[in-house]
Amino acid sequence: MYALVDGNNFYVSCERVFRPSLIGRPTVVLSNNDGCCIARSNEAKALGIKMGAPWFKVKHLEESAGLVALSANFALYGDLSDRMMSLAAGLGPSQEIYSIDESFIGLDGVRGDLVERAHKIRSRILQWVGIPCGIGIGSTKTLAKLANHIAKTAERKPGVYPDHLAMVCNLSALAAHEREAVFNATEVGEVWGIGRRISKQLVDGGIKTVQDLVRMDAATVRRGWSVVLERTVRELQGTPCIGLDDAPAPKKEVACTRSFGHPVTDLASLTEVVTAFSSRAAEKIRKQHSLASVVLVFVRTSPFRKDEQYSRSICIPLRRPTSDTGAIVNAAVLGLQAIYLGGFKYAKAGVMLMDLQPDGVVQGELDLEDGDSLVDIADKASLMTALDEINSRYGRGTMTMASAGVDAKQKTWRMRQERMTPRYTTCLADLPIARAV
Amino acid sequence: MYSSDKFRTPVPVSGAALSVLLVRGEVEAGFPSPAEDLGAKRIDLAQILIKHPQATYFLRASGHSMVEAGIWDGDILVVDRAIKPRNSHIVVATVDGDFTVKLLQQRAGRVKLKAANPTYPDITPKDGQTIEIWGVVTSTIKQFPA
Repeated sequence: MYALVDGNNFYVSCERVFRPSLIGRPTVVLSNNDGCCIARSNEAKALGIKMGAPWFKVKHLEESAGLVALSANFALYGDLSDRMMSLAAGLGPSQEIYSIDESFIGLDGVRGDLVERAHKIRSRILQWVGIPCGIGIGSTKTLAKLANHIAKTAERKPGVYPDHLAMVCNLSALAAHEREAVFNATEVGEVWGIGRRISKQLVDGGIKTVQDLVRMDAATVRRGWSVVLERTVRELQGTPCIGLDDAPAPKKEVACTRSFGHPVTDLASLTEVVTAFSSRAAEKIRKQHSLASVVLVFVRTSPFRKDEQYSRSICIPLRRPTSDTGAIVNAAVLGLQAIYLGGFKYAKAGVMLMDLQPDGVVQGELDLEDGDSLVDIADKASLMTALDEINSRYGRGTMTMASAGVDAKQKTWRMRQERMTPRYTTCLADLPIARAV
Repeated sequence: MYSSDKFRTPVPVSGAALSVLLVRGEVEAGFPSPAEDLGAKRIDLAQILIKHPQATYFLRASGHSMVEAGIWDGDILVVDRAIKPRNSHIVVATVDGDFTVKLLQQRAGRVKLKAANPTYPDITPKDGQTIEIWGVVTSTIKQFPA
């Protein structure tokens, strides 16, 4: 048995802990650079604001509907997430933290009424940390995730599901007819792992609800669709196929891209941007023990502006797969110089590392180039280890390649966060104020 | 044995309280150490001030209405949300969306927030106004210029 504990509208809920005046008001949290909505309060959902909606398209609701928009405050969310996770862990003997606001709990060996226990944990998280959450329980992870969706929906939209499933829903405790009714009331697209494309194909094929999907024969699904969908169907039928901590396969490519706070026009600034992005991407592949064989760089203007448009990308093959920041930055900057054209207002740039392979395999070869022997490679690996550790201890951007420019921590092209709340729990100067007046 | 590699990675430096556990020594001769049988840990301030780590937040007091309860302007309040608020607890309450620190008075089902300074008024909820208790203040930290 598994439970999925998931914070409701997590980022908004975190903001409300320290800003009680936001309770009941439509509130959204914006992504990096205040670009689009990445969390919405129930009131904001009721205004029709979609997940990922660009901020400039819903900005008018500030005036007309009292919408409040905040820049993402990840220091705050990270701390509250940590508190929530450690309380959620009390639900069962094993835990897999799945994202900042979700964790799966293994319930094997837990005795007593699971629903009652889950309600207790839920109210403890709400009382202690201040975050409301939904808890779904099922015999597989896919069912637990689905139960979580039902628990949240039953709370937010009374009438869709039976009231007693609100906040905590245990699918395994339902009678067969009740379970069937719940599955009939749930669209197939709500199932974990069924994306928009598959969902459309299923609906076109007459499989509209979860109940339709559960009734399908797993072998037929594998023949007609894929092994992945077959696994999902088996999980829905109650056969566990996904265990706790089934580590995801290392990513096949790693990207670091971002829209700028303000348009950038000159090559020098873009070089700094591309250096910073490729350094970050190199750090990411070192973390997953990969080497890159191809570096892709792109720059583009904003399609939302009326200026002249330009968009260009280039792939630079690396003769020797590497995760060395110096080599990757070199390649990326060379690529940038090849595609850069003056006279445009660039709004976005990015670096993608592709054709990744495990770093355990090194092709030995003759020293064709100066200072690139296998001994040097080992030296560079220790240099990169030191670089990563220094940056993780003292903050990103403490030690950078010189082409990232000085003051890399405070560049104009970096994130725009005009609406960020204080770091209430992680910075002494930002403590919330209790009035004694 | 140290390989030169060890010096290329920074060594972690912890800012946390240092706790040293004394292990019973097997000293056969000479003057016995008086600490030998007293396995001891250095006092950890966080452990005294924080009973429920997940539920404890720090807030800063602003104003003078609680001076007689020992809370000065600028103090750091240790607030524990796991404690059920009872009569005469010092609490942080939300009043009209702001955090307020006051003494909680519950009598015959009526709730009042009292100042600990006679020159400040108490807060009695008006009709329709709800007072939410956000957490219970368990300590206050004053820091002096030094």
